[in-house]
Amino acid sequence: MLTYIIRRIFIMIPTLIAISVISFIIIELPPGDFLTAYTAELSMSGEAIDQVELESLKKRFGLDEPLYMRYLLWAWNFLHGDFGHSFEWNKPVRDLIGERLAMSVTISTCTLLFTWLVSVPIGIYSAVRQYSWVDHFLTFIGFIGLATPNFLFALVLLWVSYAYLGMNVGGLFSPEYSEAPWDLAKVLDLLKHLWIPVVIVGTAHTAKFIRIIRGNLLDELKKPYVTTARAKGLPETRLILKYPVRVAINPLVSTIGWTLPELISGIAITAVVLNLPTTGPLLLRALMSQDMQLAGTFIMFLSALTVLGTLISDILLAWVDPRIRYEAREVK
Amino acid sequence: MATILAVENLRVHFFLDQGLVRAVDGVSFTLEEGKTLGIVGESGSGKSVIGQSILRIVPPPGQIVEGNILFQHQENGATTQIDLAQLDPWGKKARSIRGREIAMIFQEPMNSFSPVHTVGNQIIEALRLHQDVSAAEARNRGIEMLGRVGIPQPELRIDAYPYELSGGMRQRAMIAMALVCNPRILIADEPTTALDVTIQAQILELLRSLQEEFRMAILFISHNLGVIAEISHEVMVVYFGRVMERATVSEIFKAPLHPYTKALLESVPGIDTPVRTHLATIEGTLPDPHMYIRGCPFFGRCGECEGNTVCRDEPYELTWVAEDHYVACPRICVPM
Repeated sequence: MLTYIIRRIFIMIPTLIAISVISFIIIELPPGDFLTAYTAELSMSGEAIDQVELESLKKRFGLDEPLYMRYLLWAWNFLHGDFGHSFEWNKPVRDLIGERLAMSVTISTCTLLFTWLVSVPIGIYSAVRQYSWVDHFLTFIGFIGLATPNFLFALVLLWVSYAYLGMNVGGLFSPEYSEAPWDLAKVLDLLKHLWIPVVIVGTAHTAKFIRIIRGNLLDELKKPYVTTARAKGLPETRLILKYPVRVAINPLVSTIGWTLPELISGIAITAVVLNLPTTGPLLLRALMSQDMQLAGTFIMFLSALTVLGTLISDILLAWVDPRIRYEAREVK
Repeated sequence: MATILAVENLRVHFFLDQGLVRAVDGVSFTLEEGKTLGIVGESGSGKSVIGQSILRIVPPPGQIVEGNILFQHQENGATTQIDLAQLDPWGKKARSIRGREIAMIFQEPMNSFSPVHTVGNQIIEALRLHQDVSAAEARNRGIEMLGRVGIPQPELRIDAYPYELSGGMRQRAMIAMALVCNPRILIADEPTTALDVTIQAQILELLRSLQEEFRMAILFISHNLGVIAEISHEVMVVYFGRVMERATVSEIFKAPLHPYTKALLESVPGIDTPVRTHLATIEGTLPDPHMYIRGCPFFGRCGECEGNTVCRDEPYELTWVAEDHYVACPRICVPM
């Protein structure tokens, strides 16, 4: 098991290098760089362009170097914890993304937990009581959740809570806390706002997971090992939770890897609507203005999270399903 | 010999959307202590459902609609007779009998263990469910039991996952799991069907020696007449959910009376059957399971009644013809 994990961690390294090269190239693909965009903006607004300043900026950010040198410089600094400087915001990237990234991860994690907590029991219930009216009802609700676009749901929720409940649910903090230092009150305030994006982003996934668990469990319930366990005299609830559910949740575990990035991109749109201080909106702007170092750092962090998510899901899967451990051993 | 289980006029019906299926339709038999009753029949004859009914694990929409399953239940040294058919299948009583006094082994050793739990985990679970033993003691008993069913290095195998064992080993582990609580009845539902012939012989031998050792009664369900002949003391032939003939193993094989039993025996190739000749088969197929036949369900495939519709339409009963020999054939039982 340990060698399996170590091997997986080593495999992560080339993956991340490949991601960094590709994302760097994609960001550099459009003609020009941030300074072209900057000059264009200045000349449009009729301001004078100071050639000296441009040159110094170019030098400072290494924009006159060839592509591969810029990549190596960026990667080298990145490894040393220096994520560079955002041209547009004229601030170190580190200051810009730190909290936003944390917020994105918080929302994703909470959403994932929410999704599981809701979908696993409902999925189990729907399978065990297949075609009961509760199953039909939950299926109906699930499909509505699946079919509603997140941004629409966000708008509806915003309007309803503002018009009828008198609550302003945009953002992640009440105005008085947004700039305040972290303390208990601020955490509580965060929790008060957090549930909205979590519910919005979570509904679609919850519906999907309910269907997955229900379908899988229905298959598993017919397997002979369930009959065997029943013949042993196990109480039904304990039996279902121990045997078929254990097998049926496999896909949930194995999809953590790609659920995380899906959640993050799902949040991006919701975040624009709800005005959340997460990575989504900032990344979008950085990409549009070719703010290379900011965008690159974002992409690297999100990719690293995805790769990490895949690793976590692989480890969990090997833990849940011994047959996978076995294959890993055989390959060696 | 003491009777340990008496099934009387058992009827199990499946209430399907397409209609009613009478999977078990008025079956009666007794099971004696230390003896083996073989139930033989084609696929779909209802033989497995008989076993499931005794354990009360008939899958829905199947239901016991009539009949008694009288079991000599032992608890704290006292023996009482209880009717399993009247128990709540998910109730405490039924669960305390399942696995402890009546255990079952299944056809597919491949899928009858959970793939994601070790064999030991599943054996120990069975033991600790019914007996108040510590985890360490349960483990020792599990290892001992695995050794008893002929698994080499049981102290290592107990931590093996099912996919790490061969088919024969898995079926041995299955038997160990069934016997770990020392049951008084073992229901074996086609336990050798998925195994190759040499392993089949080993498993049968194992079951026979374990039966002597534990003095348990075995209800052995199979479609394989050779296997049935090997292990049974008494044989019951079922067809379309009904008992066609019941007799001692030597009577059934030497002096069968029911045309269906005769036809079954004729379709078994013998060592002296010439090669490259067609095997004798029984013409036709089982009747539509949704159908209700008042008389003999073998009508139409039977070679002896010559299209006499009286057989099909007249009700008849399983009838005593000789000592320990019962037949349900209208031509024999109903005076015409």
